[in-house]
Parts: sequence; structure tokens; C-alpha cells
Amino acid sequence: MNHLVIAPLLLPLLTGTLLLLLRRVLPLNVRRWLSLAAVTAQVVLAALLLLAVSNGDILVYALGNWPAPYGIVLVADRLSAWMLLITALLAWFALLHAIWGTDPGNRHFHPLFQLQLFGLSGAFLTGDLFNLFVFFEILLLASYGLLLHGGGAVRTRAGLHFVALNLAGSTLFLFAAGTFYGTLGTLNMADLAVRIAATPPDNLSLVRAAGLLLFGVFALKAALVPLHLWLPAAYSATSAPVAALFAIMTKVGVYALLRVGTLIFGGEAGPVAHLYAPWLLPLALATLMLGVLGALSVTDLRRQIAYLVVVSVGLLLTAFSLGTQAGIAAGLYYLAHTTFAAAAFFLLADSIARGRGERLDRLHPGPPLAQAGLVGGLFFITAVLIAGLPPLSGFLGKFLVLRAALAEPVWPWVMGLVLTSSLLVVVALARSGSLLFFRAQGVAAAPPVTAGALLPVAGLLALCLALTLQAGPLVRFTQATADQLLHPQGYIQAVLQPIADRETQHQ
Amino acid sequence: MEVLMSLIVGVLTACGVYLTLRGRTFTMVLGLTFLSYAVNLFLFATGRLVVGQPPVIAAQMAGYTDPLPQALVLTAIVISFAMTAFIVMLALKAYAELGNDQVDGRAGQGGEP
Repeated sequence: MNHLVIAPLLLPLLTGTLLLLLRRVLPLNVRRWLSLAAVTAQVVLAALLLLAVSNGDILVYALGNWPAPYGIVLVADRLSAWMLLITALLAWFALLHAIWGTDPGNRHFHPLFQLQLFGLSGAFLTGDLFNLFVFFEILLLASYGLLLHGGGAVRTRAGLHFVALNLAGSTLFLFAAGTFYGTLGTLNMADLAVRIAATPPDNLSLVRAAGLLLFGVFALKAALVPLHLWLPAAYSATSAPVAALFAIMTKVGVYALLRVGTLIFGGEAGPVAHLYAPWLLPLALATLMLGVLGALSVTDLRRQIAYLVVVSVGLLLTAFSLGTQAGIAAGLYYLAHTTFAAAAFFLLADSIARGRGERLDRLHPGPPLAQAGLVGGLFFITAVLIAGLPPLSGFLGKFLVLRAALAEPVWPWVMGLVLTSSLLVVVALARSGSLLFFRAQGVAAAPPVTAGALLPVAGLLALCLALTLQAGPLVRFTQATADQLLHPQGYIQAVLQPIADRETQHQ
Repeated sequence: MEVLMSLIVGVLTACGVYLTLRGRTFTMVLGLTFLSYAVNLFLFATGRLVVGQPPVIAAQMAGYTDPLPQALVLTAIVISFAMTAFIVMLALKAYAELGNDQVDGRAGQGGEP
């Protein structure tokens, strides 16, 4: 067994525990560097794992050496490693921003940050449905703490809604998992994929109900319409580094939809094949449009960015709902781009809010920023990325999605709505930019933003630039990933082969 | 026993949904607790309802009861307990900071007098 698979779980867990125990012993600076060093190591581990699986291998790690389906397994394939690397890179820049200023407000910021990483890595790696529930709870519990980081009445109210909704979601997840176990007798995802094809007709409606319950839960996490209403309040109320890290939180739901949709309810699931397909595309397109209308209507920048996160979820799920190799590959490329770009935008909005004195990030003409040129330039680049204008990665991602959609009969809908939404995003961001930067009056109200706050923004934008420059190799990789997802036999065999071998030995 | 069990799960879920949708934080927390009780009983029943059998395969016993749902329920209970404790604290914090116990934070709207 390759112990590299479990390393991205153990590292944040151990670091988080250590930071919690030593929070009174070590000075803040040492804890900051320890936390940053751990996330740096996490980036290295994720990159090593990506290299190890990039040739198509599927690494299976049986916890406690109990073979699946009796034990819990961690499975690293191309998709898991890709998500892990995106998470680790995002976390590195978010932490860099937190170290610059906001982490003294909460003694537990660093342990919670590490535990959030632990939950995220676990959710991407696990090959067991109930274990996925447990990792969801871990990442949610850490996110509750992080969301409230800094305090304040607005945050508390947004946090209360977020926690209550997710508790209801967890209950539905358990109902779904219980129904799966009761009807199919297993919770291992590969084993579920095998058994679901042979469901007796009596249980078929139960399995379908459980599958759609699961769809509802993942849609809640991914902020799919009509379950998206929690997102703008929660994301706009929290502190900048946490909002940046939360850019990956909706993608956990998207990941889970993609994983369950291709593995369990894939093309070979017999009577329940493609269970999610008829729901996903209309809802994804509705998410796209409602998100854009939200972005046009709001009166402060951070809420606008939160709505743009909803828009990106809509586009991602539109790409995945096409169900073709080209569609999934385009979606996976766009996923990396939109995560980094949204995080950069959240961090930049914080700098803008600090630079405008009492006006904060409200979209009203106010005093000019001390470094309007620099911050405005970064705003412009980020806006180009988010709106998907050429020549940056946002454009490439959207272009790939549209090209993939052309091969499907639904292409007029996808083409029309995606292009309309892009135009409206450009309008919304142009309005924000001109209100914030051009219609400024009076004298600068706040001292210039320090380089420490803008460095992570520049770093995340540089990652998007790297995505643009290396688009060829990366799209080849995401195409291979999509191929692997659409042919789940390799995944199933990698998970269940050990137990089959053991049984033949005993005979 | 099956009828009794399904009635209990159903009634708990119905009460839970109703209470969760109320306007005040206390009833909402109570509703979420009912929902988690309902799901715990439901999970317990997914291994089929068996009376008087051990959760291990023993030579002298005729059958066994599935031990896995019991382990799942244990995990679910621990998690839901922690989450309930957290949301109770959060509701108290919201009451202190917002000055009322409405879920949407606005006194005198949507709640009973």
C-alpha cells in the first residue's frame, strides 16, 4: 500500500492538533509559520499524489488493512488529486493573507483552518459514502468556527442560518445513506456501483429516492438553485481569508455530485443510470441566471462576488451535466480557474473595503483609494478573469464548455444562457468598477494598502495566468480525468480486487 | 414492531420538520434535534429489526443482528450531539447580539406574539 494517499489527511490533522495544544505555549508568530509550513508541505504532498496518479493509476489505501467493502478505503484517482492540489494551493494563499492581519482576532483560527483542510482532503479522498458524511461534518464544523471568526451580529445571524441549513442537510444525507444500506447492503461507493445495477424491481423506487435525496444534499452544499440562498449572506459576512477558502466549499458539493453521478449513477447502473441528468442541466442553467440577476442587484461588492460564486457553480454544473468527456474536462479546467479567481476577488474586496474608510465595500461613490492605480489594475484583471473575457483562463474555460455543448441537442439553451450571463456579469462588474474607482471624490480616507494584503491576490492571479499559459497540457490532463470518470470499471476494480484475490486464495 | 417503529420515525420527522420551520431559534433547535432522533432510529432499522440476537455470529445462536447500523448510529449520535451543542451556543450568542430570538434576527415579524 502506498502511504502517500493518507498523508494529505494526517498532516493537517496532526498540525491542527499540535496548534491547538500549543496555542498558549508558542507565540503567535511561531504558530503562523508552523501553519504556513504545514500548508506548504500539503501543496507538495498533493503535487506528489497528482504525479503518482497522472498515468492513470488508482491508488487505494485500506484503513487498518481491512479490504473493501468491509473496511473503509481512501481512493486517489486523477479527480481526487486534482481537487486536493487546488485546495492546497488555495489554502496557501488564503493563509498568507490571514497571517498578514486577521488571525489575531481568533485564538483558534489556525487549528480550525487546518481542520478545515483535513475535512476537505478527506471528502476528496474517501471511497465510502458514510465516511464522506463524516468528513462533510468535519469540514462543516471547522467552517462554522471560521465563519464566525472575528465576531459581530451580522456574522452571527449568517452563521446561524448556515449551521441550521447544514444540520438539516446532514439529516437528509443520513436518511439517504441509511436507505442505501437498507436496500443494497453496502456503503462502499465502488461496491454500491456494482450492486446498484442488480437492484431488484421492488427496491428500485427506494434506491431512486435515496439517490435523489443525496442529490438534494449535494445541491445544498454546491448552492444549486433553489438551495443557493444561504451562500451570499454567509460568504459576504465572513472575513476575507475565510471567504477565500470557502471558494472551494461549494466545489465540494460539485465534486460529490460528479463523483456519485459518474460512479454510482453512471452509464452502467442499469435502471437507475443517469439519475441526475434530467435534473442537473435545467437547475444549473437556472442557477446561472439567478446568480447573475443577484450580482446585478446587490449594493455591496462582497455580496456581488458571492453571487458570482453562485454563477460559477451554475456554469460548472452545466458543463458536468452534459455528461460527455469534453463537457467534464471543460468543467474541471474551469473549476480550477473559478476557485482561484473568486478567492482572489474576495481578498481584493477586503483591501478595497479597508481603503475606503466608512464606505467599506458598498457600491456608492466614496473617497478614492490611496493606491487606486494598483488596486484598480488588480480589480480589472480579476474582473476580466471572472467575466470570462479573452485572453485569460476564464475565457478558455467558458470556450471549452460552449464547444462541448455544441455536440449536444441542448446547445441553443446552453449557448444562449451562458453568453447572456457573461454579458450581464460584464455589466455588473463594469458598474462596480466605475463606482469604486472612477466616481471617487474627495481625498483618500485610509492609509495605503500594504504589500502583504495584495501579495496573495497577485499570487492567485498568477496561478490563473499559469492556467492560461499551460492550458494545453492541463486540458489534456482533465480530458484523461473525464475519461477515467466515464469508465468507472478501473475504479471499481482497484477497490474491490484485493478482496476478490483473498477469496480465491482461500478456496 | 415494524409498524410501531415506522410510526415513531414518521411522527418524529413530521414534528421535526414543523418545528424547524418555526420562527424562533429555540423551536428550530428542538426541531433539528427531533430530526436527528428520527434519523438515528431510521439508521438503526436499516439493518432490519431483530429481537434477542447478538450482533456477532455465534455458534450457539440461530441468527445474528447486523452490527454495522449500530456503529453508524453511534457515529451519527456523537456528531448530531456535538452539532446540537454548537447550535445551542450559537443561538444564545445570536440572542445576546441581536437582542431577540427570531431566526431572521428581526423582532416582531413572522413570530407568534
